[in-house]
Amino acid sequence: MSPAEALEPEQKLDIEEVLDNLQEYRPRRKGWSWRVVPPGGVELGPFHFRDMSEPLKRSIGLPASRYFDQIDPQPSCVVTTEIASGRFEDDLRRMRMAAWHGADHLMVIRTTGQSHIDGLMEGTPEGTGGVPITRKQIRASRKAIDLIEDEVGRPINFHSYVSGVAGPEVAVLFAEEGVNGAHQDPQYNVLYRNINMYRSFVDAAEAKRVMAEAGIFQIDGAHNANATARAGWMVMPELMVQHGINCAFSVAAGMPRSLIGLSTVPPDAAPAPKLWLDLPYAVALRDFFSDYKMRAQQNTRYIEADVEEAVRTHTIDTLISMLTSADIQSTITPDEGRNVPWHYNNIRAVQTVKQTWAALDGIQELLTLNLDGPLGKMVRNIKVRAVAFLEEILQVGGYFAAVEQGYFVDSAMYPERNHDGIVRDGQGGVAAQSIVPRDPDYMAPVCAHFGDNHLPAGLHKSCDPVGGCTLCHPEKIAYIDELDPQDSVDQRLQETQPYRKGGLIRPEAEWAGDGVVLLQLMIPEAPAVARAAGVEVARRMGLSEPEVVNLMVLHPAEGCFLEVKGKVDFDIRKADLKLPQVEQLLPEDELRQAVRQMGLKVVSATVGEDEHSVGLREILDIKHGGIEKYGVKYHYLGTSVPVGKLIDAAIETGAHAILISTIISHNDIHRTQMKKLADLCQEKGVRERIILIAGGTQVTPDMAAETGLDATFGRGTKGIQVVDAMVKILKARGVL
Amino acid sequence: MTDDRILRFEKRRQELEQMSDEQLKARFWECCQQLVDPIVELARTHTSPSIERSVLLRMGIDSLRAHALVELIYQAGLLGKGAGHVLLRVAEKQGTDIQAAAEAVLQDKEVLAGLFQEAEHVAR
Repeated sequence: MSPAEALEPEQKLDIEEVLDNLQEYRPRRKGWSWRVVPPGGVELGPFHFRDMSEPLKRSIGLPASRYFDQIDPQPSCVVTTEIASGRFEDDLRRMRMAAWHGADHLMVIRTTGQSHIDGLMEGTPEGTGGVPITRKQIRASRKAIDLIEDEVGRPINFHSYVSGVAGPEVAVLFAEEGVNGAHQDPQYNVLYRNINMYRSFVDAAEAKRVMAEAGIFQIDGAHNANATARAGWMVMPELMVQHGINCAFSVAAGMPRSLIGLSTVPPDAAPAPKLWLDLPYAVALRDFFSDYKMRAQQNTRYIEADVEEAVRTHTIDTLISMLTSADIQSTITPDEGRNVPWHYNNIRAVQTVKQTWAALDGIQELLTLNLDGPLGKMVRNIKVRAVAFLEEILQVGGYFAAVEQGYFVDSAMYPERNHDGIVRDGQGGVAAQSIVPRDPDYMAPVCAHFGDNHLPAGLHKSCDPVGGCTLCHPEKIAYIDELDPQDSVDQRLQETQPYRKGGLIRPEAEWAGDGVVLLQLMIPEAPAVARAAGVEVARRMGLSEPEVVNLMVLHPAEGCFLEVKGKVDFDIRKADLKLPQVEQLLPEDELRQAVRQMGLKVVSATVGEDEHSVGLREILDIKHGGIEKYGVKYHYLGTSVPVGKLIDAAIETGAHAILISTIISHNDIHRTQMKKLADLCQEKGVRERIILIAGGTQVTPDMAAETGLDATFGRGTKGIQVVDAMVKILKARGVL
Repeated sequence: MTDDRILRFEKRRQELEQMSDEQLKARFWECCQQLVDPIVELARTHTSPSIERSVLLRMGIDSLRAHALVELIYQAGLLGKGAGHVLLRVAEKQGTDIQAAAEAVLQDKEVLAGLFQEAEHVAR
């Protein structure tokens, strides 16, 4: 097996290359990876961070990082993003994007119905609402993730689900293929998948034993109770019970506590008084489960169409993690309530954690939870109810009896009942009556087997009778490539080839070439009319399949904010695009020499009623690599300076150039100010003598010609570009 | 019934409120352990088609064949012996390796007939 080529940041991931020779691929490590967190904190740019892990080799920081030396602080916890569009080959590119933004736990959702498939799936069929988890899909994903983790410089955990009626087989598959984390909770099967309760627990013991052997980190399924119960905030005592049952069962099956994570979600969202409900629960949980890991997940229960509402809820969820603890912070894509998550919403979700974590870094050194007040009482109340709940289950005959009596996912706070709990019959459900007693001579000649096993005496390893098992001898793994060539990745890749390698461009939300776009519009009409109008606007813009995915009423009569998705069905040829010329800068020495020769001086200010001076200071000041660094003398007149005053100052000081900054673009005020500068200079007869330059976030290089200035600069401009422009203009004018 | 439950809870609560936080936590884990003990026992002494297929996977049998083999072994009433055990027995009896034994069972399920009686007889 030849090692795959390292990724180049400027080049796309080559999916065909990833898929090549998978039958030979072996995972290069097994088990879970935590982030490296220096105990003394992390120094980044001008700051000391208290609760951060080591920074990445390559990453993309938050938008504001450009004001802070491009730092990209990485939280101390592992950060999860869920990815599963149905086509894993497209997900691989999304994984790479997410990793660059700081995700190191990539959780792949399974295709609808996989938990009821009695056995392993093989090949690479397309999925619905998730991906068919197969050996080939895992190998391709893990192989791509190897490349991605080298690119960003941090181990990445790959995760999926060991649930359903094929749990033990899936666990073996994951152990063989180096999957790093998995959900496993027999209660989930029973309650939400209606898999027979006895079968579910018998299978789970084997699955957990196998997972432990391969160091696979386990996440339980308790959080589903507050996603399912009608009143999620009422089921908190039950959640403690569910976590407790899975933890105790997992330890009994041979899992170390360090590999067991609780899936915990703050159960509420505003406008509920979230902190009063969610914080006591978070504290109670961490008290009782102090030996286990916390996988804090953001809330999904109350997300519908509004992406920004979701982001705000998730910010507060992350605050709760920081006030208590989180070993893993799982993110929820904010568009989950309205569609299968789109690429860029995975990134938004990761950014929510990164931004909150940086902003609130070290919060526990600044604030302490007041357990002497109402918080302590509420914590105690939840604990007492949880213990009483357990005692009652024991009294009524144990776990299985309690499930048969509908004890779980009842939406009342224990001990009250709404009688809407999930009831399962021990003799019913999927795969009922399918467990078999082990005979006195039962034997399983393999490693990582749970329970009675009558192996011959004197073995070194359990798998000796068969000459070694696949966990000890991976070369014994039987690899199946495809079962249905028509429904396979090769087939799909042929169709998307033009968009990946053929020079054609189409916008994309999930899959290469899907053409999905999103319009945001305000329609000044009542909701019903606004909805119809939104669809019509999209249709006339040429979008097919237009659909309103979000509507926010601004006022019942005055109007609505709408988001309309649709598809474009045209392609853009990359070769036909005209890209702006990249200005070749003069060498720094030549610039310095020219500045010295001229004694180059400028006056500058923000103009009009504009107080935004940060960008201009960066262009001017030596410490930001501004024009001062190249020897230019500047006279800064301040903010909101009238254009006329600037010109007078330039004439008085004999400045060679005027630099204005104009951020506000309301009513095109930035253009007006720029034109006014050119016109006034003309009037005063100094236009030929003074170089006129403007910059701002809404300013573009082509505005110079339109406004009569010599040069204009947009977002991200550096001082050297401004010096370069001034020197070139002076040369063109024959002054230099 | 809910009323009874609330009454029972109130009684329990009075006892539990006497406990310290540490005692309450210990009681929580003690109850969890009591709850899972019989389930662990069930798992220790039982197997399932998925467990047996997972054993065959670990023996290097591919998933399609593992599925078919476990079905045959189940129908022959031999799942309680362990599917891996069954294949091992066939391999020993036929003097072949595990893969060939798997193939033999798939070709002719009669290979499974009397597999264990015979062995027991020989052992006697």
